[in-house]
Amino acid sequence: MPDGGSTGIGVSVKRKEDYRFLVGEGNYTDDINRPNQTHTYMLRSSSAHAKFSIDTSKASKAKGVVKIFVGTDMEVGSIPCGWQVDSKDGTPMREPAHPPIAKDKVRYVGEIIAVIIAESLEDAKNAAELIDVNYNDIPVIIDMQDALDNSKGLVHDEIESNVCYDWELGDSEAVDKAISEAAHITSLDIRNNRLIPNAMETRSAIGDYEHATGQYTLYTTSQNPHVIRLLMGAFVLGLPEHKLRVIAPDVGGGFGSKIFHYAEEAIVTWASNKIRRPVKWTSDRSEAFISDAHGRDHVTSVKLALDKDGKFLALKVDTLANMGAYLSTFASSVPTYLYATLLAGTYTTPAIHCNVKSIFTNTVPVDAYRGAGRPEATYLIERIVDKAAREMGISQVEIRRKNFIPVDAFPYQTPVALQYDSGNYNATLDAALKKADYEGFAARKADSVKRGMLRGIGFSTYLEACGIAPSAVVGSLGARAGLFECAEVRVHPTGSVTVFTGSHSHGQGHETTFAQLVSEKLGISTDMVEISHGDTNNIPFGMGTYGSRSLAVGGEAIVKAMDKVIAKAKKIAAHVMEASADDIELNNGNFEIAGTDKSMSLADISLAAYVPHNYPHEELEPGLDEKAFYDPLNFTYPGGCHICEVEINPNTGEVKVEGMTAVDDVGKVINPMIVEGQIHGGLAQGIGQALLENAAYDSNGQLLSGSYMDYAMPRADNFVDFKVGNEVTLCTHNSLGVKGCGEVGAIGSPPAVINAVVDALSELGVEDISMPATSEKVWNAINQAKNKN
Amino acid sequence: MYELQYSKPSSVNDAVAEIKKSSDSKFLAGGMTLIPTLKARLSSADTLVDLKGANLSKISVSSSEITIGSMTRHCDVASSNDVKGSLPALAKLAGGIGDHMVRSCGTIGGSLANNDPAACYPSAALALDTTIVTNERSISAEDFFVGMFETALNENEIITEVKFQIPEKASYIKFPNPASRYAMVGVFVAKKASGVTVAVTGAGENGVFRCSEIEIALNSNFSTESLENIDISPDSLNSDIHASAAYRANLIKEMAKRALQEMI
Amino acid sequence: MGGQEMEISLKINGKDVKADVKPNTLLSTFIREDLNLTGTHIGCDTSQCGACAIHLNGDAVKSCAILAAQADGAEITTIEGIANDDELHPMQQAFHENHGLQCGYCTPGMVMSSIKLVENNPNISEEEIRKGLEGNICRCTGYHNIVKSVKQAATVMGG
Repeated sequence: MPDGGSTGIGVSVKRKEDYRFLVGEGNYTDDINRPNQTHTYMLRSSSAHAKFSIDTSKASKAKGVVKIFVGTDMEVGSIPCGWQVDSKDGTPMREPAHPPIAKDKVRYVGEIIAVIIAESLEDAKNAAELIDVNYNDIPVIIDMQDALDNSKGLVHDEIESNVCYDWELGDSEAVDKAISEAAHITSLDIRNNRLIPNAMETRSAIGDYEHATGQYTLYTTSQNPHVIRLLMGAFVLGLPEHKLRVIAPDVGGGFGSKIFHYAEEAIVTWASNKIRRPVKWTSDRSEAFISDAHGRDHVTSVKLALDKDGKFLALKVDTLANMGAYLSTFASSVPTYLYATLLAGTYTTPAIHCNVKSIFTNTVPVDAYRGAGRPEATYLIERIVDKAAREMGISQVEIRRKNFIPVDAFPYQTPVALQYDSGNYNATLDAALKKADYEGFAARKADSVKRGMLRGIGFSTYLEACGIAPSAVVGSLGARAGLFECAEVRVHPTGSVTVFTGSHSHGQGHETTFAQLVSEKLGISTDMVEISHGDTNNIPFGMGTYGSRSLAVGGEAIVKAMDKVIAKAKKIAAHVMEASADDIELNNGNFEIAGTDKSMSLADISLAAYVPHNYPHEELEPGLDEKAFYDPLNFTYPGGCHICEVEINPNTGEVKVEGMTAVDDVGKVINPMIVEGQIHGGLAQGIGQALLENAAYDSNGQLLSGSYMDYAMPRADNFVDFKVGNEVTLCTHNSLGVKGCGEVGAIGSPPAVINAVVDALSELGVEDISMPATSEKVWNAINQAKNKN
Repeated sequence: MYELQYSKPSSVNDAVAEIKKSSDSKFLAGGMTLIPTLKARLSSADTLVDLKGANLSKISVSSSEITIGSMTRHCDVASSNDVKGSLPALAKLAGGIGDHMVRSCGTIGGSLANNDPAACYPSAALALDTTIVTNERSISAEDFFVGMFETALNENEIITEVKFQIPEKASYIKFPNPASRYAMVGVFVAKKASGVTVAVTGAGENGVFRCSEIEIALNSNFSTESLENIDISPDSLNSDIHASAAYRANLIKEMAKRALQEMI
Repeated sequence: MGGQEMEISLKINGKDVKADVKPNTLLSTFIREDLNLTGTHIGCDTSQCGACAIHLNGDAVKSCAILAAQADGAEITTIEGIANDDELHPMQQAFHENHGLQCGYCTPGMVMSSIKLVENNPNISEEEIRKGLEGNICRCTGYHNIVKSVKQAATVMGG
């Protein structure tokens, strides 16, 4: 599918990657089969908290069984957490051991207790039924309030508390003072519902150990193969990088859930050495529900202090954040550095304090899910602002305008550590009001009322921090890794280009967007560019794709590598054309001697570089292949305005989304089509959180919403056409001016939806409704309000 | 899935002979419930006896009755001009089961024999004085549905056809479970010369049931207004993570109102 | 005694295939593992996501809820079989032009399902597309561009 016309920045170039997916020739992990491969079934705990014993003797003799491993067979390192958060008293977080296979105690339903490796998956499943497991149940901790009371039981005996850390950010004294003096205080208790990411491709991993060379290969569904190599190689299995290759081929969606290093990856890698055969595991969907890291799950109490005119004076936030039973890779950073630092939002609130206790419970580990911490922060800010406006009789639009950080205040230092570089929140609000036809709302509402329906409109003027992150900053905050990105730009002898990027595309369209950067900068069509990612043997290094960082960090690394290519190419051109390198200008892909008609194309130069017969050998090495690392100077700060309009049937409580408008400032847009697609997807997940999705546990720790029969995945008919637009302010600290677009949809939209629902119900006296706002919840709220009146 | 055998007899008699060969064999109709259940190892069978070859797919209509062969797929019922002409509510019901791919496989006989408490067809069967014809006998719908996933069928009995009495008017409204899209509540209202019958699926602890509160109200005054002030008792309705019994009770009334709106 | 292999023959993407399968083999497993046509995907185990959609005797079906044995004698088309050599099927082309796919995982099922939706209802409306896709789950696109793609394909396919 050749792309016609210009393929540079700002063009909706059709995606280069589409063809293989459209003809069914994507290469996902489960599509890969290795010679002599075995199949694995993970036997998982059916108890949420128990001491257990296990007898595999019968199962080991079953048909087709190659080997069964239990926890005590696998003496390896603990699955690590990548971020150390210290409590406010200075003590480091409590970090329980996390063995890949549980040894004698299980702490959530879904924890692996035995690994059955067989000639076929059915053989493995048959054998698993012959394993005797004896559970001695221990009291189960599900509710976070219960967890605070140690007498109700401990998830981990050895750490003597269910609190992982008790952390704070901000000026508590200033906040308390402002609250005591404020003209108005608005309070709200919020639960940010637990979600299950549900990338459509379930996780899968193949371990393949080659005895003759001692080389391990892991094929895995990962958003960051180098990070997996680092975490698994260095911390769990003790394998050096040069003997461990991690390949993340086509990956069918991640949304955060495929960032983390999971036990199954270590198990198949380790086991393939033990049995000297490739070991393959692919998750069932119902298995994914109890083994993929979940998202969100905060309980928060929030207070906003305002002066008599509705100006924000202080924000006080107390949060309990669920960690689940073990610390997943980024779990500790999500409710702290990705959450509390966002609490200024788009507003000039001068004093903010946030206290976070993160809590162990007997549930699946909780970690980053699209937005990670920022949706939780945005939800509470935009909900409390909405409530304050209602209480004070100020319009939803006015209260926001009154408190926006003005355009001339950038760079703007918030009271919660971040320094925003750019933004124009009135511009995105204005554009969204127009796009959503706010002026026509009253008429639409009147029409709804005529039909016996309720109608509401809700706003969210959000901000997020992404493009993570400056390594020095996050390092000082406890990150155990750097968060730079790496790229290599290889110009081939005939002038085509391969870019090796440490970012990983699993739906984001990097093969197109990154190629557009090359097209723009080097003046060649995207057809001449190949983007390579996902293989630690090909890519020099990488930190991967999450936190909307691929373009702002990974893209910048590519630009830096291209700058080096161009600098070298100029020198080569100068030599060949007998000019000074300073006089060489790059225009539309031609290296020209300024003021003359003499020029060389990139292909001419690369040929000279690889066939260096006439070449400045004393000054330059042959070849045209440059690598760069880029460490960002700051986070990037996309923001915008989401407006949701709903109609509610008061007899059933059904909420119908009638309009969803998003005007976002994601900085410079490289490919508008792809950016819009990212926003559509984020909006769907945000609306899903607000209206449909919920991971529900019973008091015994059984996941009640453990399949698509019970976990409400959004379908096409849950939505209407989204209205999406953008208003650009450039990021000031990267050369592209880009901010990031992967998460804005999921971050901004949930409060807009709930604010719309509350708006529709407000005339009945309803002040709050928790997510997901199911039809029954709405119906109950209507009835309670009616009974009260 | 546990190991099993598969056979595809070409007549009902052969199917019965086949299933009698072992104590733990099962009939396979459309498979839309059975195959996922087997796949999850929640069920097993010595032999699956596929009824697809037994010539049980057909639709015929007389002035008073629609007869649908048990292996007739939902999509065939939904698109049948005969059904659409004489009992459009049934065509609509069939066209709302699962999704279009499920409807290309799932069958009326399979659905009735499974008697899933959230399935759509049982409500139509119960509301329309339906006769379920088997290779052994005829069973009235009232006697057929025994309880959740339970029917009056004997072990080796095969539904061959289903005879619906054509009412004056009928309507079926489903309030789908937001996750599974099965009926959280489905209400089938039929107005017949003999009176109004209302059958409810998705809500009852014991599966599909007739809703006498609504029937009484509509038999005295066939209008949405007559439903305004009735109270549906939540006793013996389901409560689960998706809906409480009280909410389901409300939905029964509201879906009945919507059905009425379609009919008047 | 269960599990003896049985021979099935069918036509898949225009080619005749004969194979011995265990009776408990799902059609989706047979397509992916035995025929190595890995474009047909598995996204759930409750037959709701539709990633495994194929055409069987002219209907779109979920191949994860059908036994290979049931497909004996059938004519099957998978995602690999709908393009005419290098020329994409109008539905595939529309997904490309409208950015109707991101990670690509649900895409084969989405395309196979949508083709039949349109064939069975050439003048399909947006509302009917949205309702018609309830058996196909996508987590990436918010369905926005999928709906646009199907609409465009419908006009090309002769609506």
